[in-house]
Amino acid sequence: MAAVQTDRLIESLAAQLQPVRRLHAPLLRALLWLAVVSAATVLLIMREAHLGIFMQRMATPRVAVDCIATGLTAITAVIAAFELSVPGHSPLWSALPLPPFLLWLGSSGLGCLANGLSLHGPNGFAGESYVCFAFIVGASVPLAAALFWMLRRARPIAPLPVAVLGTLGVAATSAFILQFFHPFDITAIDLALHLAAVALVILVGTAWRRKLLAAP
Amino acid sequence: MGKFGIRSKRLHYARVPTDPTLQERDHAWSQLMAAAQSGDRIAYERLLREISPLVRALVRRHCSNRADIEEMVQDTLLTLHRVRHTYDPSRPFCPWLAAIAWRRSIDALRRRMRVARYETPEQGVYETFSEPAANSDMEDVRSSEELADLLQLLPARQREALQALKLKEMTLVEASAASGQSVAALKVNTHRALKALRALVSGRER
Repeated sequence: MAAVQTDRLIESLAAQLQPVRRLHAPLLRALLWLAVVSAATVLLIMREAHLGIFMQRMATPRVAVDCIATGLTAITAVIAAFELSVPGHSPLWSALPLPPFLLWLGSSGLGCLANGLSLHGPNGFAGESYVCFAFIVGASVPLAAALFWMLRRARPIAPLPVAVLGTLGVAATSAFILQFFHPFDITAIDLALHLAAVALVILVGTAWRRKLLAAP
Repeated sequence: MGKFGIRSKRLHYARVPTDPTLQERDHAWSQLMAAAQSGDRIAYERLLREISPLVRALVRRHCSNRADIEEMVQDTLLTLHRVRHTYDPSRPFCPWLAAIAWRRSIDALRRRMRVARYETPEQGVYETFSEPAANSDMEDVRSSEELADLLQLLPARQREALQALKLKEMTLVEASAASGQSVAALKVNTHRALKALRALVSGRER
């Protein structure tokens, strides 16, 4: 009886078949998103960033490593999210952002140690770190909207890893852009608030994954 | 190595079948899928019929109940239909199919465990309304307008399941194809919709 139903289902699916536009390769789609975001970031940096302070900070190798690791986390997480949104791609893709993410945490942690693990920023407790928190969360909203708009076209059959990696990519992108506006080296409270913002973006994106990744 | 010549036990990202004849079969399925993406209904029906035994073999690794296996097969075919635009003909077909079958099997098992933990199956809810005894708590809904009002209070997916299965009297397979919900999800949503309707009806009586 059940096999008969399967036969009927096959007939019904074949009868209602419509041509579909094939999705481009995940890597290509990831690079497209990254290219658009990079172009917007360059425009923003040219108009608003404190490039003098940024170049001064980048003269310290640890800070430069921190910045590069943040950017690489963003790129690898976004690529992994696109790869995992399509069936049949290895789940090992989810490990791709791990090395740069650990490097990002490590270099930021070293920065905190170098700055004496103080809970005070240049302007008192937390100081401008709250602005960093707001920047990461605020910038992540439009970035996530654009990313999930593209990811949902694949109708991921396993939304959880796609949502986690996608939001990690978005939060890391925001943290990378923040580097161009960050006026001082990282402190413990600064790192804590950066991580809290990243965690918040990931948690919200993951909790809303079914809505965010619902079929268009 | 299994009947279909695929080595890995975790098939959701398995490599291409290793046997040369099976590689040919993978290639043939890949071409049929590409034709289906262009709208070729004959190629699509042939593909679905040819892959059904493989899908059945894949889901059997997670489940031994024949009815459940068939339900998982149908879920896999429905999902394949929904995500057919994601298949890239330059890549092997079997890993793509196996990933879908694996995912749907895991989802079905999780759903079953969740339902078993919180709900007691009530076989009567799948009977049609033609048997008055099965509808004893619905008989007080006097008019179709009243029923329509109550239906609007249900969550969309529950309303959709109830309308398709009970009001339009579609089969589970037809309702699944029409709504995009899996067969298992339709059963669960129908069960919940009837439960919610009962609560709404008794709430109005008080």
